[in-house]
Amino acid sequence: MVYRNANGETRMIKSSCPGRWALARTVVCALLLAAAPAKAADKTDPETDRKALQAFFFAKFPKVDKAEFGNGPYAVNEEMRKQWTDIMQFPPYEIALDEGHAEWDKPFANGKHYADCFDNKGEGIRQTYPRFIAETGQVETLEGAINRCRVENGEKPLDPMTGLMASLAAVMSESSRGKPFAIAIPDDPRALAAYDRGKEFFYSRKGQLGVSCASCHMSPAGERMRGDILAPALGILAAMPIYRSDWGSMGTSIRRISTCSSQTRAVPLKADDEDYRDVEYFLSYMSNGIPVVGPGTRP
Amino acid sequence: MTKSFFAFVVLAAAALPHSAHADDAKAGQELALDRAKGNCLACHTIKGGDAPSSVGRELVGMKRRFPNRADLVEILTDEPMRNSIAPMPPFGRNHILTRAEIEKIVDFLYTL
Repeated sequence: MVYRNANGETRMIKSSCPGRWALARTVVCALLLAAAPAKAADKTDPETDRKALQAFFFAKFPKVDKAEFGNGPYAVNEEMRKQWTDIMQFPPYEIALDEGHAEWDKPFANGKHYADCFDNKGEGIRQTYPRFIAETGQVETLEGAINRCRVENGEKPLDPMTGLMASLAAVMSESSRGKPFAIAIPDDPRALAAYDRGKEFFYSRKGQLGVSCASCHMSPAGERMRGDILAPALGILAAMPIYRSDWGSMGTSIRRISTCSSQTRAVPLKADDEDYRDVEYFLSYMSNGIPVVGPGTRP
Repeated sequence: MTKSFFAFVVLAAAALPHSAHADDAKAGQELALDRAKGNCLACHTIKGGDAPSSVGRELVGMKRRFPNRADLVEILTDEPMRNSIAPMPPFGRNHILTRAEIEKIVDFLYTL
């Protein structure tokens, strides 16, 4: 039998409720386990989840400024931060930014621009993505919105993982730097269901390795995995898109999440799969209040 | 007849060269370090291994920490069953390692 704790992590009750104790104690134990955790798991309460997750990371890294969490390994490890300071003398995402700005300013065949598709001409709004779209009842990522803009203006959609898409996402992130994540979950059962699916995806063990996103990015955050430092879940998408040395190119949030899937030896989902959009929705909501720092760089 | 055959097997086993165990430990070390198999260094530090990791505890003093061999076999087979939030993969349950491979890795771990 399994229940979820406040962070949604599953726990077995077998070991916490030994059967060889006196009957009375067993009954009390069973009642406690049946009542309290079930209540916490059944009610969707994103704001309580967010506060719990942020409190966990603020306690775990008391010296790390709230505004730094988007810098992932560079925020929680001195040695990595030094390397990063060197790298940032010539940020490896600059080429993507140049390409992105040129594309952003170029009109579509119909004469319209990307800016015409977005609030505030697309400036300083990255922190509000992903969004729940009432018309479709689904979550739309920043890259999804860029592709919708293209399609609605008669252009072909881009690969949502890398290339020109990452360059455009970099432009939108750059103008949003310093703005705290402000993801909205409207009071709509479909939005809450999307949040729940994203949360479930995050905490579920997957792949042949049988590990969850949380297995690496909750308790072990900041720990060393060979040459890498595991990034905290809090703020984990705030630096997106990133130039990742391991890829030798730029990648969006979905490219990173898809790579995580492969690393657990799971078959990655399609880039626009609902599960990926929903986990991005969940993670971004968890980061509400953490400022955007993207575009970024990672080893 | 059965009794004497049994005695023969026991005697034969006792007469096996000492290196059989050492060979298993050596094979276990290779399995432990193989990235496609145990890949222990991804999360643990092992003396003499490259790029130490700190997700799990250092693999040291294993005989003292786990005097009961069955515990180590169980941990390698399915640690999430013992502790559902442990990041350790269920190597046995998910067929990443066979039972024979797990036994060899335990032989290796007991040399640490």
